[in-house]
Amino acid sequence: MTETQNLTLVQAVRDGLRDAMAADDDVVALGQDIGKNGGVFRATQGLHEEFGDDRVIDTPLAESGIIGTAVGMAAYGLKPVPEIQFSGFMYPGFDQIVSHMSRMRTRSRGRYTLPMVLRAPYGGGIRAPEHHSESKEAFYAHEAGLKVVVPSTPYDTKGLLISAVRDPDPVVFLEPKKIYRAFREEVPDDPYEVPLGEASVRREGSDVSVFTWGAMTRPTLEAAETVADEMDVEVVDLRTLSPMDEETIVESFKKTGRAAVVHEAPFTGGLAGEIAATLQERALLHQEAPIERVTGFDTPFPLYALEDYYTPGPARIAEGLRNVMEF
Amino acid sequence: MPVTSILDREPDDRFRILDEDGEVVDGASVPDLSDEEFVEMYRMMKLARHFDQRAVSLQRQGRMGTYPPLSGQEGAQVGSAMALDDDDWLIPSYREHAATLVHGLPLEQTLLLWMGNEHGNDVPEDANVFTAAVPIASQVPHATGLAWASKLKDETGKGFLCYFGDGATSEGDFHEGLNFAGVFDTPNVFFCNNNQWAISVPRERQTASETIAQKATAYGFDGVQIDGMDPLAVYATTEAALEKAKNPGEGERRPTLVEAVQYRFGAHTTADDPSVYREEAEVEKWRAKDPIPRLEKFLRATGRLDDGDVERIEEAVEERVADAIEAAESTPRPDPREMFENVYEEMTPRLERQLAEFEELRETYGDEEILED
Repeated sequence: MTETQNLTLVQAVRDGLRDAMAADDDVVALGQDIGKNGGVFRATQGLHEEFGDDRVIDTPLAESGIIGTAVGMAAYGLKPVPEIQFSGFMYPGFDQIVSHMSRMRTRSRGRYTLPMVLRAPYGGGIRAPEHHSESKEAFYAHEAGLKVVVPSTPYDTKGLLISAVRDPDPVVFLEPKKIYRAFREEVPDDPYEVPLGEASVRREGSDVSVFTWGAMTRPTLEAAETVADEMDVEVVDLRTLSPMDEETIVESFKKTGRAAVVHEAPFTGGLAGEIAATLQERALLHQEAPIERVTGFDTPFPLYALEDYYTPGPARIAEGLRNVMEF
Repeated sequence: MPVTSILDREPDDRFRILDEDGEVVDGASVPDLSDEEFVEMYRMMKLARHFDQRAVSLQRQGRMGTYPPLSGQEGAQVGSAMALDDDDWLIPSYREHAATLVHGLPLEQTLLLWMGNEHGNDVPEDANVFTAAVPIASQVPHATGLAWASKLKDETGKGFLCYFGDGATSEGDFHEGLNFAGVFDTPNVFFCNNNQWAISVPRERQTASETIAQKATAYGFDGVQIDGMDPLAVYATTEAALEKAKNPGEGERRPTLVEAVQYRFGAHTTADDPSVYREEAEVEKWRAKDPIPRLEKFLRATGRLDDGDVERIEEAVEERVADAIEAAESTPRPDPREMFENVYEEMTPRLERQLAEFEELRETYGDEEILED
């Protein structure tokens, strides 16, 4: 029987990264403050001591430099795991992500592949300053050649991160920092994989399906309980946003005929639209109500005095579910 | 010594006027300030220090969010901002609470911003202070653009003072901003607050250059390294650089890169714990260079300040900061409508719909339930 530890989500990041580094000398971590400081969220704490200067690397403060050099390292046979301190600071490296990281395999006709994992804390909810709270997963899911992962539990975090490091393609791994330390879960000590591209049904139900991911999973489950005497809600946590687990999504929708999508990201161009379109393409005749989108607003993420108004909470999600049922 | 010659020094010839004991170093000349201006410089530095301590304490008490402390950097901020004329522009990063105060942004605004209230960004119309930049170095090309626009509009006599840290000099935006400034000969002063640490990463890991000032050479203009904890050297250098930006000599390029060597005594932000990455002995070494006692000694020795003045200044400073905190804390939380109102000049139809639905939801459920986690 394998031993387990009761870990938070951010501890599971560290545990997964540690196991991946111990198993494969080609895995290197690089970024700002990840070495001696152990990362501003302590996601790499202790790894510098264990693996040394050449494998846990404090870089100059330069996102394009961090991601661009990781592209070169990966093309040359290493498996870099660059960390960007906050996803809101990925934009200076955006050119490297969308012009190079995503398409090196395509451009080189398969000769160069980039087995790299770009990690970043993302989302709101920690009373942070400007640019520290946005959810822009749609940017990356929109880009062919990237895989995009957003875990919602400590167990999944470790397993998904190990899968991401072992994956031959570049992965953008977005960590919902609001729930970095919100709760604990038993996580096996030994390495294990949670496969990329597979959603998880967190709550079974027959009346309405809710599709969500990351930090929104918990308020969605809470909303499902709130409305439990009105309807039977199924909650599907996507876990991987690209490639998306269409089978699980479509099957759930065929069962319930009604759906809502909950995300923290803005409404327009958010992945809720993509999911709704997929359901219409693949299960139109099962559809019994318009698909509800419960999302952030089409505004910049506000400073924290208003952030709780911006982010969907259980009440807004419950309202969305009632809208779907009442149609 | 003519002030412009400060800028002719070699980039590794660190300029200072006051030594660590507050005495004027051999051959240096004291800036031409009135007694009142010298005391004002001191008063603003004291105010900044007290404000900073109170802000950290407010954060600890849960009355404010994450806050970036400035203690140790008062000399660089106040000394440089005092060299600005009212018409000059100040382009800050996110740590220039003292510099922005000197150039007209009220303390209350700084508090509100770090209390998560967008009204902290309500810069008075008559203050030429650009909006705070949280991403690293992104304000550097903005500063070049502001100065370039001024030049294209045939304005003269305006300088643009842009602040950033040592970490920022690693970012592409720093290089692009300085390169444009050199090519288009814009009236910029680029002021690097080299406080030795970009969170946990030391200056030596930002660049293999011996100095940051020498990077200016690559862009074709002057770079000068100064003691950033000597407010008089900071003032004299910034004044000379601003003067050159406005009235360059024959064949002289307008921009200057100033590297002000200094130290951040506290954490990068209140979310940071510097004991993880640096030794207390190092902090102590730099405390000996503290700009405040240094200026105080000089002012006392030259008869500009006595015990009574210091006491009065300390009392006034405490009162001013207490008033600012009270004003900020009694400012109501912004109306959530404001989130929607400032995205476009005119709200888009979709945004109007989102706002209407949101208001209906607040009506139905009440704020308490909406805000529940």
